[in-house]
Amino acid sequence: MSRPELQAPPEIYYGDTEAKKYTQNTRNQQIQANMTYRVLELLNLPPDEPAFLLDIGCGSGLSGEILDEEGYIWTGVDIAPSMLEVALEREVEGDLFLQDIGQGFGFRPGSFDGAISISVLQWLLNAETSHPTSSPPHRLNRFFTTLHSALRNPSRAVFQFYPSSDDQIQLITSTAQKAGFGGGIVVDYPNSKKAKKVFLCLFVGGGGTQQQVPTGLQGEEEDDSRVRFERRRDRERGKTKKGKRKSVKDRDWILKKKELYRKRGKEDVPLDSKYTGRRRKAVF
Amino acid sequence: MVRLITHNLLACHVKGCNTNNFPLEFRDVQIELREAEFNPEFLKGFMPKIEWKALVDAARQLGDTSLPLEQPEMLDDDFLKNLHHVLLEIHVEEGIMTCPNCKHDYPVLNGIPNMLLAEHEIG
Ligand SMILES: C[S@@+](CC[C@H](N)C(=O)[O-])C[C@H]1O[C@@H](n2cnc3c(N)ncnc32)[C@H](O)[C@@H]1O
Ligand SMILES: [Zn+2]
Repeated sequence: MSRPELQAPPEIYYGDTEAKKYTQNTRNQQIQANMTYRVLELLNLPPDEPAFLLDIGCGSGLSGEILDEEGYIWTGVDIAPSMLEVALEREVEGDLFLQDIGQGFGFRPGSFDGAISISVLQWLLNAETSHPTSSPPHRLNRFFTTLHSALRNPSRAVFQFYPSSDDQIQLITSTAQKAGFGGGIVVDYPNSKKAKKVFLCLFVGGGGTQQQVPTGLQGEEEDDSRVRFERRRDRERGKTKKGKRKSVKDRDWILKKKELYRKRGKEDVPLDSKYTGRRRKAVF
Repeated sequence: MVRLITHNLLACHVKGCNTNNFPLEFRDVQIELREAEFNPEFLKGFMPKIEWKALVDAARQLGDTSLPLEQPEMLDDDFLKNLHHVLLEIHVEEGIMTCPNCKHDYPVLNGIPNMLLAEHEIG
């Protein structure tokens, strides 16, 4: 099977069926969660300073749920309505936007304290029409330029992505650089076929000296990273940092939330059901 | 789920629309109130990013008059609670956001603003 980004445009590929499948797959949840933790590590936010983050290509909220869990306030953008619909059902806390990142952002300068993006950037490397604004270089340029301005100085944007060639990496890093970013590529487990992960670690401000490109993790074993992150996750779950929300939106959590809504006199809270999320009208 | 915290950061991104493109004007909106966790430290850190007049106007348009016209210097608890409510607990679920300059309409459906542009609007 060829890579998803070669099969169809993202909003088609991630239709209703795939959006559900993608989100419910526990193995996938685990992988996306681990990568989100690693990206947050690379983002290196000042500790104990609440941050406002942008989740680029937030999808159904697998990355966003980690941001909720970690106590960040965030905004997510994604081009696939079906993915956003699942995010609504899962009741992530972030504000969601239907947006094509290749068309650029309209956020005011300095809006975000940082940005993350998990498994998205490779989607910008394929042209969908012959219109000049849909060529990958044009879209990347528009994306990085408007992202750079939307981030505060100093800050970082960290992407995990799946490049399929060195040329792609080159195009991405040079375009980011032209847009004003510093930083570079970080590769975890470069010698492991299975565990290798590529990150683009971009810096706004701070000059070349203050912000050093982090080093990738070494070793071979995928299990190594999984264990490491799982342990970290358990640890994080255990501590009730700033009275955080519960990590998994289980039935109890939803019932509690519904109860809360009822108490506040909200009319349209559906009756409790097997279904976990709050019912919504069809989106879009 | 567009809240005033993001509305306050959002300008129009249509090609060539660079002046007077903020704040987007709400029309025909339906709102929902949903409780959020009060985090004074976050609010204090966020204050410098706020375009105050735009926030007060938007809040008033949505029926909340709790914020003073001038951004206060003293951040007491009452004020922070009002700010918290305005920024994080008022959700615009349906409606339209219109650019004051080029008049582009960004519809909000089921809480999600549609920011997609037509080909001729892409910068
Ligand atoms: C593999 S999913 C990752 C979703 C989420 N970050 C996670 O970790 O689960 C890739 C996402 O990128 C989104 N995407 C692809 N191209 C995009 C574009 N041009 N603008 C916005 N989102 C895009 C897709 O719709 C999809 O939701
Ligand atoms: Zn405009």
